[in-house]
Amino acid sequence: MALYTLVIFVLASLIFFVHAIKRESTTILREAPEMVVQRQLAGRHELIPIDYIEKIRSIRGVDKVEARLWGYYYDPVFGANFTVMVPETKQLAPGRIILGRGVARTQRISTGDMVTFRGATKASLLMTVQEVLDYQSELVTSDLVLVSRSDFQELFNLPQGHATDLAVTVANPDELATIAAKIADRLPDTRPILRSEILRTYESLFDWRGGMMTVILFSAILSFVIFAWDKASGLSADERREIGILKSIGWETSDVLLLKFWEGMAVSLTAFLLGTNLAYGHVFFFSAPLFEPALKGWSVLYPEFRLEPAIDFLQLAILFFLSVFPYTAATILPSWMAATVDPDAAMRT
Amino acid sequence: MIRLANVVKTFNSGKPNQFTAVDDVSIEIRPLNLTVLKGPSGSGKTTLLSLIGCMVRPSSGRIFLHGIETRFARHNESAGSFEITSLPERFLNEIRRSTFGFIFQQFNLIKGISVLENIMLPAYPTGENHTALHQRGMGLLERFDIKRHAPSKVEWLSGGELQRVAIARALINNPSILVADEPTAHLDSRLSHEFMKIVSELKSKGKTILIASHDPIVYDSEIADTVVEMRDGRITGRGHEE
Repeated sequence: MALYTLVIFVLASLIFFVHAIKRESTTILREAPEMVVQRQLAGRHELIPIDYIEKIRSIRGVDKVEARLWGYYYDPVFGANFTVMVPETKQLAPGRIILGRGVARTQRISTGDMVTFRGATKASLLMTVQEVLDYQSELVTSDLVLVSRSDFQELFNLPQGHATDLAVTVANPDELATIAAKIADRLPDTRPILRSEILRTYESLFDWRGGMMTVILFSAILSFVIFAWDKASGLSADERREIGILKSIGWETSDVLLLKFWEGMAVSLTAFLLGTNLAYGHVFFFSAPLFEPALKGWSVLYPEFRLEPAIDFLQLAILFFLSVFPYTAATILPSWMAATVDPDAAMRT
Repeated sequence: MIRLANVVKTFNSGKPNQFTAVDDVSIEIRPLNLTVLKGPSGSGKTTLLSLIGCMVRPSSGRIFLHGIETRFARHNESAGSFEITSLPERFLNEIRRSTFGFIFQQFNLIKGISVLENIMLPAYPTGENHTALHQRGMGLLERFDIKRHAPSKVEWLSGGELQRVAIARALINNPSILVADEPTAHLDSRLSHEFMKIVSELKSKGKTILIASHDPIVYDSEIADTVVEMRDGRITGRGHEE
């Protein structure tokens, strides 16, 4: 029973966790630009000249092209990598900075404090914290640092007239693929990345059929099968004796099977409910402490956050059918074999 | 009345370890009497009890029940007199449940559940109302002076108390025939005499009682109406018959 509950707990935790993470990342990606154009040099991501904006905008169907500036900053003191971005919507004054919670926590600073970043030219950049980003979106924003365009250029010694990549908005989303092909054709050194492609990558990473989840799920299900098989391979002497007694006092084979069925069902359902409830608490109230280090990246800045409760009932139903039914069958089968013996067996023990 | 005609029971038939436990037994067991099957171990007493109690079918021969009403026989034209050897399994179960009450040598109580639940077990398949069943169970416990043990687990009880729980369980479906296999094997003389007192009371209340035993306290008892002696699966003698 305890083992059964544990198996359900691990499996259900996994299902809840993966589903919540998946939903979290899709929600965030929904706000991402539908197409990003990056420049490639020798197969690697390169800075893109600003004049590409006009070339892309001249393509029929393109609505808007915006230059984006982002990069990674390595903090030698804390040994942590931050994602540095110039915000597209918020206007930041030079010398002002917005931090993700992870960054603020590592540096032990809060709104109003001053923070120093060491620029690419060794010159230090002193900035004032304008805001610390809120809790809910910490999974993605934990390591985020938002700075103004001029500070960004100074920090990384970025050559003028260049951007990290371009965000492209199209008037008709149905034409996305066509426009992407046209961009790739006209600017052969660029690579257009569609949002749908990123979503697909996420899906396959976290999906039921792909990624490391399959490996974990497979091993968990395998252990459950071994456990059910162990149960099915034989009844204990006590259980056999009990069935013999019941038969001898007038129970029919069907009565014994009914009893064993309800017994199996009761154990199964209790373990299932207990396991899933514990898993719900584990994932959504305690933020899955058992999985966190393994599944939430390898950064120094572990995000501290609560997952928004999201349950995939289909997967839960699959778990139900893969656990409750085999277990019940596993208890019924050996009982059936024992219950078909002659009732006089009890007289001889 | 129970009548056995040329009953044979062979185990492992056709195999090298073939063994005939009951060999050509013909006997009549009278209603409202105490009949004792007496004989050494391996004489076939237990097998004969199993055959009479519909737990196992004979290899050959026939067993008849006369003047006994079962739930299904009430609707039967031959009500009150039928041959049990040819009945289908579910009818045998029904007879075993409603006509016979069994007291086993090892008591055969189920561990882990309470005394009261053990007593009510034989009645569960009948689908009877639980409150009525509960009341009847408590009544039996009171009758055998073990009411205080109703919620206790059976493993906490002494030998004598276990015996009384086993008797109470045998009586829960109000059977007309009580079958006991070596009921005093695990009891000292005082408890064995006590058991015989209970048997005497049950007999006076109209039960037919059949006991297999090689304990003189049982077969020499004054209340035994018939003593049937067995050896090597055969009947070798009878005593006490009026």
